[in-house]
Amino acid sequence: MSWLHIFILLPFLFAVIIPVLYKKFPKIHTGWFVLAAPAGIFAYLLSYIPMVAGGETTMYSLPWIPSLDIHFSLYVDGLGLIFALLITGIGSLVVFYSIYYLSKVREALHNFYVYLMMFMGAMLGLVLSDNLIVLYLFWELTSISSFLLIAYWYARRQSRYGAQKSMLITVFGGFAMLAAIIMFYIMGNTFSIRELLSQADQLVQHDLFIATMILLLLGAFTKSAQFPFHIWLPDAMEAPTPVSAYLHSATMVKAGIYLVARFTPIFGGTMEWFWIVTAVGLITLFWGSLLAVKQRDLKALLAFSTISQLGLIMSLLGMGSAALYYGGGETSQLHSAAILAAVFHLVNHSTFKGSLFMVVGIVDHETGTRDLRKLGGLMSIMPITFTIAIIGSLSMAGLPPFNGFLSKELFFTGTLNAASLDIFNMETYGALIPIVAWVASVFTFVYSLILVFKTFLGKFQPERLEKEAHEAPWGMLLPPLVLSVLVIGIFFVPNVLADYALEPMMASILPPLEGQFDIYIEAWHGFVPELFMTIGIVVIGLLLYLTLKKWLWLYNNMPRAMTITNAYNSGLKRMESGSRKITDLHMTGFVRDYLRYIFVLLIMIVGASLFLLDGFSFEVSNVAPINLYEMILAAVLVGAAAMVVLTRSRLTAVIGVGVLGYIVALFFVVLRAPDLALTQLAIETVSVALYLLCFYHLPRLRQRDEGDGLNVMNLVIALAVGTLVTLIALSANGHRMFPAISDFYEGGYELAGASNMVNAILADFRAFDTLLEIFVLAIAGLGVYSLIKLRLARRASDENQ
Amino acid sequence: MEILMSVLVGILFTAGTYLVLAKSLLRIVLGTAILGHGALLLLLTMAGLKTGAPPLLGMEGITNYVDPLPQALILTAIVINFGTMGFFLVLAYRSYKELGTDDMEELRGTNNE
Amino acid sequence: MKTNDVILQTVTTVTVFIILTFAAYLFFAGHHDPGGGFIGGLMIASALILLYLAFDIELIHKGLPFDYKLLMGVGMALSLLTGIGAIVLQHPFLSHTFEYVDFPFFGEIELATSVLFELGVTLAVVGATLTIILSISEDV
Repeated sequence: MSWLHIFILLPFLFAVIIPVLYKKFPKIHTGWFVLAAPAGIFAYLLSYIPMVAGGETTMYSLPWIPSLDIHFSLYVDGLGLIFALLITGIGSLVVFYSIYYLSKVREALHNFYVYLMMFMGAMLGLVLSDNLIVLYLFWELTSISSFLLIAYWYARRQSRYGAQKSMLITVFGGFAMLAAIIMFYIMGNTFSIRELLSQADQLVQHDLFIATMILLLLGAFTKSAQFPFHIWLPDAMEAPTPVSAYLHSATMVKAGIYLVARFTPIFGGTMEWFWIVTAVGLITLFWGSLLAVKQRDLKALLAFSTISQLGLIMSLLGMGSAALYYGGGETSQLHSAAILAAVFHLVNHSTFKGSLFMVVGIVDHETGTRDLRKLGGLMSIMPITFTIAIIGSLSMAGLPPFNGFLSKELFFTGTLNAASLDIFNMETYGALIPIVAWVASVFTFVYSLILVFKTFLGKFQPERLEKEAHEAPWGMLLPPLVLSVLVIGIFFVPNVLADYALEPMMASILPPLEGQFDIYIEAWHGFVPELFMTIGIVVIGLLLYLTLKKWLWLYNNMPRAMTITNAYNSGLKRMESGSRKITDLHMTGFVRDYLRYIFVLLIMIVGASLFLLDGFSFEVSNVAPINLYEMILAAVLVGAAAMVVLTRSRLTAVIGVGVLGYIVALFFVVLRAPDLALTQLAIETVSVALYLLCFYHLPRLRQRDEGDGLNVMNLVIALAVGTLVTLIALSANGHRMFPAISDFYEGGYELAGASNMVNAILADFRAFDTLLEIFVLAIAGLGVYSLIKLRLARRASDENQ
Repeated sequence: MEILMSVLVGILFTAGTYLVLAKSLLRIVLGTAILGHGALLLLLTMAGLKTGAPPLLGMEGITNYVDPLPQALILTAIVINFGTMGFFLVLAYRSYKELGTDDMEELRGTNNE
Repeated sequence: MKTNDVILQTVTTVTVFIILTFAAYLFFAGHHDPGGGFIGGLMIASALILLYLAFDIELIHKGLPFDYKLLMGVGMALSLLTGIGAIVLQHPFLSHTFEYVDFPFFGEIELATSVLFELGVTLAVVGATLTIILSISEDV
C-alpha cells in the first residue's frame, strides 16, 4: 500500500465521514471540510510533476485477487497524472464554488458531498489504475455517482429522466467495454494495460482485434457523449451547476477521451481506428456546434458546446493516431501535432468551459433564470461576471489572446496534415476533414457570441427575472476568476505547460516517438492557412451572428420525430411495454403457477443434464442389507405420508407430519446416527407444539374440507419430482468415484480432543457452518417476532382508513 | 437398503411436492416439512449406508464407523429446517389472519405497485 | 377457554427438572457421546415450553425473567467471540485443529473453547426457539 493508494482512497474515506460532520457541525457549511480532500490530493500529485516531466513513470501494485490477475495497481505517467491533476484541481474549485452555490439550510449537503467524493475517488482511480478490471470498477462507479448527482434534486421529474438516461447509456457503454476487457484478456492473457501495450504487435494480428476495438470505443463514445450517444449530456444538465461544471464538462465526460488516448498505442496506426475515431469525433463536433446555436437555455447551450468540443478532441486523437502508422521519423512528428492539439485543447477546454459553467451558475443563481429570452443587459449589473464570461467564450471561439486560440490553430494544423495523408484511402475523402472542421468552428464562434452577448448586452428586462439581479458574492467569483487567469496565462506562456504537462502526455499516447517531440507552441507563425481559416471564421461568424434572426427559423424545420432523443424515448417505451407483455404472459400472480414452473424446470434441467451426461447408473452390488425393523419403519413412513396427503382434516394432517418426523428419527437410530435421532426427536416435539399452537388457535373461517380433490397436473409433477429424486439417489449410490473423506474425522480424538465425531465436526472442523447456522436460526426467530409484533401492514391500513 | 431408502425418499418428495402445489396454506407448510424430511434422508442415503458403529470413537475395539460428515451436515439441516419452518408457519398464519383466507387461488398478486 | 390443568401442572413441576438435568447431561456429554449444544439447547427449550404450556406466561415470566431475543444475541455473540478469540491467538477463525498435533498439552485449553462455542449455540437455540413459540402464543 503506497501513499498514492491512500490518497486515491481518501475521497472514499471522506464520503464516509461527511454525514457525521454534517450532523455534528450544522453551523458550518460541510463544503469547507470537503475542500481538504481535493486540495490535499492536488498538492500531493503536484510532487509527481518533476518526475513525469523528466520522462519517467512509476508503478505501485497492491495484490487484490491475485489468482484472477486482478491487482489494484497504480501507474503514474503523463496522461494519468495530468488527468488526475485536472480532476483534483477543478474539483477543489468546484467544491469551493459549491459552498456558495448550495445553501446549507435548504439543501441535503451530506448527500451531495458524499456523491461528489465518491465520484472524485472513482475518477482518480480510473485515470491512474493500470489493471483493466479495477479501471472498469471505477468506470462504473463514475457512472453511478453521476447518476446520483444528476438526480440530486430527485423531486423533479426532469432530473430523474436525465439521470436514468445518462445511466442507461453510459452503463450500456460500460458493459461493451467490459466485453472488450475480457477480449483483451483472451488475446493478451493479462489485465494490465502496461503488459498489453508491450504486446501490441501480436494483438493486431488477433482475430478479436477489431471486435475489441469497436466494443472499447462504444464505452469511450457513450461516456464522452459522442454522436449518436450525445443525447444524455443535455439532459444531465438537470444536475446542480457545480456538478455540470465538474462532471459533465471537465472530468467525467473526458474519461472516454482518456480511454481512447490510453489505448492509442495499441490501436493507433490501423485504418479502422483512424477512421472511426476521426469520423465520430468530427460528426460530433459538427452536430454539437450546429445544435448549440439554437439553444435558448444557457446550460443546454453549454452542454451542446461541450459535446462539440469533446468531438473536436476525439477527432484530433483519431487524426494523430496516424503518427503511429509511420512508427517514428519526420512524418510521424508531423502528425503528432494533432495529438499535441488534442491534449492541449483538453486542458484548455477544462479551464474555459469550467469558468463558463460557473458563470452560468452565477447568472442562474442571481437572476433565477437561464433562459436567453429573459436575460440581457446584465453587463452593468454584473461587471466581474461579464469579464469572466467574455474571456471564457472568446477563448472557446478561438480568438487571441486566449488559450483557445492556440489549440484551435493547432487543431487546424492537425486537420490540414490529415488531409494531406496518402494512406487509409485519405486521397478520396481527406479534403472533407478541414472543411467540416472549419464549418463547425464557424458555428462554435456563433454560439460563443450568443452565450456572452445575449446574456450581458442588449436590453435589461428586470420584470422577466425571478430575482432582483446583483453581482455574485466573491466566493462564487473566485473559482472562475482563477480559471480565467489560467486561460490568459496559458496563452502567454504555453510552453511551460507544454514542457511539464503536454509532452509527458504525448509520450504516453505515442510511446514510439518518446523523446523526439520538438514542441514549441507560438501564437504567430506567419501567414499560413491556419491564420486565414481563423480570419474566415471571424468574418463569416460575425455575419451569421448579426443575421441570426433571419436564419434561425431553419432549425424549426427539423422534424422532431427524427431526433435521436425521440428514438431513445420511443425505444425505451417499446422495450418497457414489450417486457411487460412477456412478463404478463407467464407471471400470472398465482404462487402455485410459479411453484409449478420451478418444479417443471427442476425436472427438465436436472433430468436432462443427468440423462445427456450419462449420469444415471445403477449399482446394486454394494448395498447394505435390509432387516425387518427397517421394513416396518418404511411401511409406517409411507403410511404417514399417505395420511397427510389424503386426509381432509387439519388435525390429522398435523399429526401425520409429526408421525413422519418421529419415524425419521427412528430411521436415524437404525442408521446409527444417535445425535441425529436425539435432535430430530427434540425438534419434532417442539415443531408439533408449534403447529398446534398456530392452528389450534386459528378460528375456522368456514367449515370447508382441507382437501381440494385430485389435481392430475400436480400429481404428474409430483410423481416426476419423486422419480427424479429416487433416480438421483440411486445414481449417487452407483457412482462412488472417490473414497469418502470421512476417514479424516476418525482421527478426531487426536485433532480435536473429542471422540464424538459428529460433534467434533460441528464444533471444531466445520464450526463456521454451525456459527452461520445459529445466525440463520436467530434471523428466523427475529423474523417470526417481527411478523407477529410489528404488524406494519395492519397499522398502515388503519391509518389509511 | 439403499434402494429401499431411495424409493422412500422418492415417495416423500412426491408427497411433499403434491402438498406444496395444493390450495391450502397449511398443506403447503406441511408439504415443505415433508420435503425437508425427504432431503435429510436423501443426504444420508447419498453418502452411502455402509454399516458400522455409530461415529463415537470412545467405544473400544471398533474400526468400522459410519460416515460422520453427512450426519453433521444433517444435524445442521435439521435445525435450520426448524427455523425456516417456524418462520414459514408464522408467515402462513399471519397472512391467514391478515387476509382472511388461506386459499392460494384467492391469494393473487396484482400488478399495482 | 378455561381448562383445569392440575394433573399437567403437577407432573410438569417434577418432569421439568428431570428434563433440565438431562439437558445439562446431554450438553456436556456431547464431546464424547451423543449430545451437544443443539440437543442440549432443544431439550432446555422443550422443558421451558412445557412450563409455559402448563402455567400461564405471566407466572413463568416472574420466575424466569429472560428476554429470549437477548439470549439469542448473547449466544451468537459468545460463539462469534470464541471464533475471534482464535484470531487473537493467531489461529485461523474458529479453528484450532492443527495445533493439537504440534502441542499435545494445549488440548485442555482448546477443549474449553469448544465448550464455550457450544454454550453459545445452546443459548442461541433456546433463545430462537422460545422467541418463536412465545411470539405466536402471545399473539392469540
